[in-house]
Amino acid sequence: MADDTTSDAPATDGPTDAGTAGATTAAETEDVVRDEAREALLALFTDALGDAVVGSHILAGKDLWIRVSNEAWRSAADIARNRLGAKYFGFLSVIDWMPSPYGRSMDSEVDRRIAGDEPYSLPEGSFETGYAGGDTRFQVFARVAHINDPGATWGVTLKADLADESPSVESWTSVFAGADWHEREAWEMYGVDFVGHPGLRHMYLPTGFEGHPLRKDFPLVARQVKPWPGIVDVEQMPSDEDESSEDEAAPSDGTAAEGGES
Amino acid sequence: MTAVTDRQKLQYIAAKAADARVNVELETEGMTLNIGPQHPATHGTLRIVARLDGEQVIEAEPIAGYMHRGYEKLAEVRTYPQITTLVNRIDWLGSFANEVPFILAAEQLMEVEAPPRAQWIRTLLFEMSRLGNLILFLGDMGVQLGAVTPAFYAFRDREFVLDQIERVTGGRFHPNFDRIGGLKDDLPKGWLADTKSVMNKVRDFCDEIEELLMGAEIFTARTRGIGVIPKDVAQQYGLSGANARASGIDWDVRRDNCVGLVYPELDWKVWTHPDGDSFARFWVRLQEVREATKMIDQITDGLPSGPIMAKVPRIIKVPAGEAYVATENPLGEMGYYIVSKGDLTPFRVKIRSASFNNVSITPWILRGVYVPDIITILASLYFILGDIDR
Repeated sequence: MADDTTSDAPATDGPTDAGTAGATTAAETEDVVRDEAREALLALFTDALGDAVVGSHILAGKDLWIRVSNEAWRSAADIARNRLGAKYFGFLSVIDWMPSPYGRSMDSEVDRRIAGDEPYSLPEGSFETGYAGGDTRFQVFARVAHINDPGATWGVTLKADLADESPSVESWTSVFAGADWHEREAWEMYGVDFVGHPGLRHMYLPTGFEGHPLRKDFPLVARQVKPWPGIVDVEQMPSDEDESSEDEAAPSDGTAAEGGES
Repeated sequence: MTAVTDRQKLQYIAAKAADARVNVELETEGMTLNIGPQHPATHGTLRIVARLDGEQVIEAEPIAGYMHRGYEKLAEVRTYPQITTLVNRIDWLGSFANEVPFILAAEQLMEVEAPPRAQWIRTLLFEMSRLGNLILFLGDMGVQLGAVTPAFYAFRDREFVLDQIERVTGGRFHPNFDRIGGLKDDLPKGWLADTKSVMNKVRDFCDEIEELLMGAEIFTARTRGIGVIPKDVAQQYGLSGANARASGIDWDVRRDNCVGLVYPELDWKVWTHPDGDSFARFWVRLQEVREATKMIDQITDGLPSGPIMAKVPRIIKVPAGEAYVATENPLGEMGYYIVSKGDLTPFRVKIRSASFNNVSITPWILRGVYVPDIITILASLYFILGDIDR
């Protein structure tokens, strides 16, 4: 953000190295367009956090992503806020990197499922993760920014991996009080436990709601189609019964006729 | 200045109890006051449960979620052009402004840039939707404090702005006009001249409101020094927009991180106020309406000619990547974090809406205030429920 004037050229590395795992370090992100301000910022984070910085990505002239280890999640916020001056809390949320087992929930997918061709199964192995890499299904990500400094504002997106089984991470509420609601939302939508949060209560969903709606394996019910059940529960009209017993030749009334006889 | 801890809460209650013991005759019991979900101050359905000691709030908890529509989930099964229809409904008073950051984020991933004329018209409509939103606030703030007249003026003059938006987009509230790579249509004939006269009306409205409210003793008494938010607390809770600027934070996304819109080419000013109280928030928004009319005048004068649509494929597939683009919406910083995997639909859309952060400060700010001030503070924070619940 500080250097939007210096480089407006589109970044060339975006789509190509999006899938590379978290081995990228500051030295390796050599873009065609270099972004010195963001590299300096990344170096500050790396100095402060040391080995806890496990991945990073710079989109020259646009943005910076830093992935830290799960244990360093809270201290990354602490350093960003208290040492580097990113006092502004943007948002905090979670990504589920698992490809959706329901596809795009479009009709063809649903039909396939109804026909019972092949049961859906969760994909095996590692998932393709985004910028700054990742090794796990869930990632927590948050954005903090340095504001109130005209001409020198900057923002950074921080990420951290979460364990696949019962994902949890340290809460940010002791650093940014505003993380409270965001963590409550992430908790109910993804089932991520924020250790040290003062009260993880439902934000949007009713109490007692089961499941975590924004997880990829939670079906979007609006896009699920029930198969047409055919004609069920048709009551016999007295007149129909009389007609069918008299005239059994009508093929469309076959079922009704059987029902009438029994 | 962090959020209130349990320890502080207990200290406060203990101090209150000690006070009450001195006047045994006047000892009060705590009570719980429920405000909402249906209340005019909530612009939708927000419920506030306040525990009171006499006339003072000990603890207040806002309960959102009555209007949660799950746009983040719905966006995952819709194509990019379909999503603008959804995000229109987030802040329904400034609908066009909701589309712009989403489109800009998608454009950043696609490495497409709208042609200059489209960027100018985008900025123009963006500021028009700011007017549509903030004019209502200026009238509504009076209603919350018992002054009914400004609301009629506000609805009267907002109608002119909505008419202008309707003439371009076909929709008063939900334009759905922004496209990846440009805009749906060009401006209709004669529209620019009419816009100028509407801007004059809006400026007159600002003067009227200033005379009606800001000189009024009751208004001043009920807003000055009420609901003070210090700079540091505002940043911790992620307050943005006029709420942040009223706390003396000199920050505006339009100036500091403008992407894809033409604000750097216009002559305008970011207003801040050092007080951080309800009056400051009202005052900053009033100035913002004035600045918006100035910007619209400059855009109508300097609108370049040319195409309004860049070359984009018919079927929009967004390359894999991640992008976060935010704009300065009427309510504050509104951003979309889009994760794409090169598909027709986004893989994940995180909607960073302004009101969610702006309202998350209420438990902090309502502690210790008097009951009538709850309404003042909520009205001055100015949120739209669709913007909290998404």
